[in-house]
Amino acid sequence: MKLEGYKRADGKVGIRNHLLIIPASVCASEVAKAISERVNGAVYIPNQHGCCQIGPDLELTTKVLVNFGKNPNVGAALVVGLGCEGVPTKKVSEEIAKTGKMVDYVVIQENKGTVNTIAVGVKKAREMAEKLSLMKKEEIDISEITIGIECGGSDTTSGLASNPAVGYVSDKLVDLNGTSIFSETTEFIGAEHILAKRARNEEVAQKIMKIVLDCEKKANTMGVDLRSGQPTPGNIEGGLTTIEEKSLGCIYKGGTRTIEDVLAYGDMPSGKGLYIMDTPGQDIESITGMLAGGAVLIIFTTGRGTPTGSAIAPVIKVCGNPESYERMKDNIDVNAGTIIDGTKTISDVGEEIYSQMLEVINGKFTKAESLNHREFGIYKMISTF
Amino acid sequence: MLKLAVVAHKDDNVATTVKDLSKGENVLVDIFGTEKNITLKEDIPFGHKFAIKDIKKGEEIFKYGEEIGQATQDIEEGEYVHVHNVVSERGRGDLEVDAK
Repeated sequence: MKLEGYKRADGKVGIRNHLLIIPASVCASEVAKAISERVNGAVYIPNQHGCCQIGPDLELTTKVLVNFGKNPNVGAALVVGLGCEGVPTKKVSEEIAKTGKMVDYVVIQENKGTVNTIAVGVKKAREMAEKLSLMKKEEIDISEITIGIECGGSDTTSGLASNPAVGYVSDKLVDLNGTSIFSETTEFIGAEHILAKRARNEEVAQKIMKIVLDCEKKANTMGVDLRSGQPTPGNIEGGLTTIEEKSLGCIYKGGTRTIEDVLAYGDMPSGKGLYIMDTPGQDIESITGMLAGGAVLIIFTTGRGTPTGSAIAPVIKVCGNPESYERMKDNIDVNAGTIIDGTKTISDVGEEIYSQMLEVINGKFTKAESLNHREFGIYKMISTF
Repeated sequence: MLKLAVVAHKDDNVATTVKDLSKGENVLVDIFGTEKNITLKEDIPFGHKFAIKDIKKGEEIFKYGEEIGQATQDIEEGEYVHVHNVVSERGRGDLEVDAK
């Protein structure tokens, strides 16, 4: 299938052409939302952070907002700030502008309050929307695509069906010189030794072991047992007994290829191939990290069923549990339950997901996209102050 | 015959059901070429696990050929294996982290 996408000035390739309205902080989120609602093709991200954060958290929020603006699916961006928050509105805008795409910003305190700021923002956004509408898709190659792989609402079918099938897709993409990122460090606990064996070199193997150890330590320094949150009640109801069992099923989603490197949350890969990103197991935060890392499409496996989407990228939902698939067809794109009932093989379903992915690259809406599911959440290490 | 349960690896001591199964039911499991008939001692819901051999208290539960936790009591072949008789060994703070 011939693939088409948007070639950006920085050489990256997008498969959507969104106008992204970025609130620099939670205080600007309502205004960003109001602007996005008024302009055709505009989307916004509900930022819950950006102010009274310190050190690494403030840096992380700023990085994620900048990298969301840089994501190749974003054709243009408007940054909205209150004016006194920790995240510097103008600087976020300037950083995104380095990609060569249209960017502007508007600050509430400098524009006589929200009513006028919305008016100014809508005016700026409308002009951008018009220019975006003139952009043409061009022929692209699958090797220019970066995907993120997520699993959520897992049950025992995830490890037996949907994750291995998506792992097949990841392997295929990597073999075609594309890029695949998988994440959720919490869900490597008990399976890290298997991943470490697949590392490009000893240094990468050590990084894999370290992020997992750090994740366990972090739970323990809070004085809590990780078991109080993982597996989740739904995981347990679905048959998953321990975090080790959940992890061993989870890592199938990353396929079998060499792991090139471990990325920090929200960082972009430096080359092609398969990467691990250090994120929490919480789906929305994990996906947000991978999209900041430049993924243009997410493949999301589930057993219990989940509705998650994104403002800037299509999310393809794959369900390994035939009953959940029947129950949540409105939210799930691919039925991998056929592996469980024995009517299809892992590679059959892998091929099915791959061909769906090509259609989605070319513009077909996923279920989450057609239902306007636009979840967003930035990972946070410490409290606000 | 329709598959009722799957064994993910030849070294596993549990099988995962792919249908709701009932106490007393005979389940034929394929352990990588070796077929074994197991009589269920309890109801096992879809997606949950049962022992395919006797497991002693303190022994490891194996799935995907890897350790997924430890038995907190003796578990007989055909018994339900879940949070009531298996405990995780990771992320607890009270055990040394086994960084292999």
